[in-house]
Amino acid sequence: MAVQIAAASRSGLRSALPLLAPAYLWLTVAIFLPLSAMVFFSFMTDLPRSGKPWAFTLENYAAFFSQSLYLTLLVASLRLGLEVTLWCIVIGYPAAYVLAKVLKGRSREAIFLLVILPFWSNGLVRIFSWAMVLREGGILDTALNAVLPFKINIDLMYSYPAVIIGLVHSYVPYMVLTCYLTLQAIDDSLIEAGRSLGASRLQVLKRVIIPLSMPGLVAGAVLIFVPVVGSFMEPRILGGRTGTFYGTVIEDQFVAVFNWPLGAALSFILLAVVLVILAVTSPVLRRAA
Amino acid sequence: MAGVQVSNVSRSFGAHKALDDVSIDFADGGFYALLGPSGSGKTTLLRQIAGFDFPDSGRISIGGESVERVPVEKRRIGMVFQNYALFPNMSVSDNVAFGLSVRGEPKAVIASEVQRALDLVQLGTLGGRRPHQLSGGQRQRVALARAIVTTPRVLLLDEPLGALDKALRVDMQIELKRIQREIGITTIFVTHDQEEALTMSDRIGILRDGKLVQEGPPEEIYDRPKSEFAATFLGDANILRGNATGTGIRLPDGTGIAASAGVTLVAGMKASCAVRPERIRIATNAGVPDRAHANILTGRVSKRIFAGNNSTYFVDRDGQTIKVIVQNTGIEKLAEGQQVVLRWSSESTVLIDAS
Repeated sequence: MAVQIAAASRSGLRSALPLLAPAYLWLTVAIFLPLSAMVFFSFMTDLPRSGKPWAFTLENYAAFFSQSLYLTLLVASLRLGLEVTLWCIVIGYPAAYVLAKVLKGRSREAIFLLVILPFWSNGLVRIFSWAMVLREGGILDTALNAVLPFKINIDLMYSYPAVIIGLVHSYVPYMVLTCYLTLQAIDDSLIEAGRSLGASRLQVLKRVIIPLSMPGLVAGAVLIFVPVVGSFMEPRILGGRTGTFYGTVIEDQFVAVFNWPLGAALSFILLAVVLVILAVTSPVLRRAA
Repeated sequence: MAGVQVSNVSRSFGAHKALDDVSIDFADGGFYALLGPSGSGKTTLLRQIAGFDFPDSGRISIGGESVERVPVEKRRIGMVFQNYALFPNMSVSDNVAFGLSVRGEPKAVIASEVQRALDLVQLGTLGGRRPHQLSGGQRQRVALARAIVTTPRVLLLDEPLGALDKALRVDMQIELKRIQREIGITTIFVTHDQEEALTMSDRIGILRDGKLVQEGPPEEIYDRPKSEFAATFLGDANILRGNATGTGIRLPDGTGIAASAGVTLVAGMKASCAVRPERIRIATNAGVPDRAHANILTGRVSKRIFAGNNSTYFVDRDGQTIKVIVQNTGIEKLAEGQQVVLRWSSESTVLIDAS
């Protein structure tokens, strides 16, 4: 079948060209050109516009290896990506299961809307609303103290958990959506067949449902992990002083220090690391999917 | 192995009564067909027996043990689904092994039992394949092997042959029957195909609107239907309506029909007679009246449909069309529009209470 499709796509390529051209033209202008410029910058000593003389150099890349700080931050960002991805699975997968297999009709639509809602609100608004909730004397603190008989102090603001909460909130819809799609495609009779053969619900989940929904889990994980590793907004606003990550350092180079060449170089190192991680894990992920 | 008793089971979904006080006794080792049009409740009943759904009231027992509140995974049943429901992420062997493996059987036992089950369904060499690499008939066999490898107490089949083409379906009917005999398992089989029900089962239960209409061996239901619905749903039947006379019925035009099969009814009650199309003799002349052909009607051939080994004549009489099926012996060929005489015996006439 794969051979047939390949043959068909080859013969159809010429007629498909007018359909593909706009997309590729757009990608060339919108992604390839700016990225090429960034690659170019990353090998420069200084920005050409500043009037100072400039030259080509590898120093920006060398900087990453000469200071352990960058590596430490990269590892912290990778850990952040992993943790946020895991939390998104823990929270998103059960929600997707309920949406796909338990709820029907109007209630499904309503819950779906709630899941999608973060997508439709502005990212900054989302983060600042979390800031209102998490700070000392904030909504969470006040609400808990109003209910609980004893006094507790909740000040999650400017902490690692706050960053995790904000990021999970932003990215959990991806996991719900990708898992929902694969879970919905699983025929209910497979679940019934498993149970008729004596498997408990948990065994059916482990042996039938999770393996069959692996493509959705993998897609969701990739969609979440990659941007979270480079994220800077949530760490900066919700993390405060503890929120220094690889992404915030890159942002600093562009908006505060104006060292674009170093920022560009750090970005490409991140891109390379992410690609290597995906390449190394892809055989495992593909087998699972 | 065990028999299944369903006693007074009712189940409603909202205002819809899917099952209404159904009682059937499925004998140990029997092959039972649940037959009915779509929406008759036959699948609902099967799912109650399987344990996917619980009855609102009534009892279900398997092998004498009350199970109406026992979930499906604890009922020790085997089920074959309409779309086979093979696990696409597993090989054929792993599919068949699933039930034994979740039970925690030792690997060696699983391997030998799986091979035995695959051999039984004649797929001994295809264990390594994936379900999507199999034909429809092969998937059907895998589903069957998977359902019986755990030695369930009862085998439930939900329209298992519905997705197969005609020729393959006939093969699988024979095959399914052979396997069922070989392992002697109580089998309950849902179908809307009356021919399938007739050829395969020891007993048939006909359902309509959630009620059990009639239940018994195929010959009994075919020869002695207790209702017009049973008569027309299982096989073809001509229904003549009139008033009971004690020995048969009188049609509205005064013609008497003698019926010696079916119920006995008090004269004057509303009653129907069912006659199978193949029991009626068709001829151009009246012939000599005799005991074997007590009932005589005249009419005009309105249509003839040739079907190879037989022909169906549609004979119009007093505003009613009577169907007659005649074996093609090469002698009789009646033209459309021809005046004919229909004759049949009182033994072939089933009296039905229509009040």
